[in-house]
Amino acid sequence: MFIVLTLVFIIVRLAPGDPATLMLGPDATPEEAIELRESMGFNRPIIIQYGGFIAQVAQGDLGKSIFFNQPVLSILGERAEPTILLTLFSLGIAICIALPLGIASAYCRGTLFDQSSVSSAMLIASIPSFWMGLVLQQYLGTELGWFPVSGYGGPSATFGERTYHLMLPSLVLGIVNSALILRFTRASMLDVFSEDYVRTARSKGLSEINVVLRQAFKNALVPIITVIGLTFAILISGAVVTERVFNLPGLGSLVVGSVLRRDYPLIQGTLIVVSGVYVLVNFLIDMIYLWIDPRVKY
Amino acid sequence: MSDNSTNLHQTKLWKVLIQRRSVLFGLIILFVIGFCAVFAPWITSIDPSAIAVRSRLLPPGAEHWLGTDEFGRDIFTRLIYAGRVSLTVGIGVAIISSFVGSIMGLVSGFFKRLDGPISRLVDAMMAFPDILLAISLVAVLGGTVTNVIIALSIVYTPRIARIVRASTLVIRELPYVEASKALGIGTPTILFSHILRNIMSPIIVQATFIFAHSMLSEASLSFLGVGVNPSTPTWGTMISIGRQYIDVASWMIFYPGVAITLCVLSLQIAGDGLRDALDPKIAKDL
Repeated sequence: MFIVLTLVFIIVRLAPGDPATLMLGPDATPEEAIELRESMGFNRPIIIQYGGFIAQVAQGDLGKSIFFNQPVLSILGERAEPTILLTLFSLGIAICIALPLGIASAYCRGTLFDQSSVSSAMLIASIPSFWMGLVLQQYLGTELGWFPVSGYGGPSATFGERTYHLMLPSLVLGIVNSALILRFTRASMLDVFSEDYVRTARSKGLSEINVVLRQAFKNALVPIITVIGLTFAILISGAVVTERVFNLPGLGSLVVGSVLRRDYPLIQGTLIVVSGVYVLVNFLIDMIYLWIDPRVKY
Repeated sequence: MSDNSTNLHQTKLWKVLIQRRSVLFGLIILFVIGFCAVFAPWITSIDPSAIAVRSRLLPPGAEHWLGTDEFGRDIFTRLIYAGRVSLTVGIGVAIISSFVGSIMGLVSGFFKRLDGPISRLVDAMMAFPDILLAISLVAVLGGTVTNVIIALSIVYTPRIARIVRASTLVIRELPYVEASKALGIGTPTILFSHILRNIMSPIIVQATFIFAHSMLSEASLSFLGVGVNPSTPTWGTMISIGRQYIDVASWMIFYPGVAITLCVLSLQIAGDGLRDALDPKIAKDL
């Protein structure tokens, strides 16, 4: 995480020219630029700026947004709900699609069903999520009226209404990201199916469901959990784009807006928080390994 | 490796690639898209930026094969010119990230002292979600094709570095590397002539996937309005603009989306085919 913070510090300072002038835009007066430079500490030596930045983050202070004039952490907190829910719902949908299809595909290896599901997974992984979002928004939202086409239900919306607004974006992200999990599930199950203990379980007369789900699937879980963790990171990226398509007021819209407004403290804060969440998810996945496979030791 | 065995290996590789119909399909699609992009001025005489207000939002027809946009610009023409940007970004990112990632991975895997710092750096870079890191980098560098290539190369370099490091760790311990060291052959020769040559297969395969992913990422950046300057036609920008006219001119988003999907799909198929053909265990069965 320390290296992540250092990288964030470097990235934001890669911008050519004076950061204060860049943040304020071309209409700013020299006095305003001097004031911002002093308040942000841009006039201090780079190593002092770096030390100050690390100390500030260590105290949980991610700075203040120039555009919103509010602490970055509180803005991120306000905008986190749609992104968290979208990511979780999408992951749930992706798992629900990919696991049964991946297992069935491996079980029916070489059949038309297997070939169709593998080809479909490859096709789906090639479709840009924003394009699929626009197409489904048009047909399922506008023409058939099954789902709301945009927004998050307004400030007075209940949790149920907000969740309903997330259905279509979650479906889009879930479908697009199910492809990777499906391919890994299939490959992992194929590896396990050739193991001796699966053959032994069959020869002992265990039912096929028991063999596939209790003997094979349980042992194929470690790579599948790894790819689910990987999908989580991809989903955060996907959420940034999908939120824009469906006008959701989440972290994705926030970061794109802050890039267009050159609100560097907000960009910096979002990068730190999101990468921190990613590191945490990876840590949790490592813990899950211990739980699902007793052979894993740290 | 002698010239005869190299030729035999290459012939077998092509045989394996062409025997698989899906790979052949992918290569043909890629060739067609690449050909259209390179020879765009010879394929269409229409200027991709030429505005014709009277022809605005025309559906696909004989005069305009894929219809026109809100300024009456020909979508087919813009589509093939946009392909130039997407392919340039894809090829550029694949080459730069493979080159830099290979050096990082080789150094990290070969020199034990440098392994820790480089691996930690790679891990830290992989902690950022792709698009978020790319958006931030483009924001600070500026929205030009070159900067998009640099930003996406930074995003994808760690992937190659990890793969090359893992392969180098294995090959470093093999007898022929030990023998080279004992014979007094210089470290650069061992790294580039002995180790790198033997791990080219996973690098080539991964570069193909990076090519595909960087095209998707470039389209996403352009769609979000934080990629290449909007005045340059790209598939992502075309979809972003077409979004406002989706009710009256759905063809404005349909064709660029199909182009991205076909291009990425063909690259993924080619990458899968290459992986199978370059993997001796799988290639033997084909």
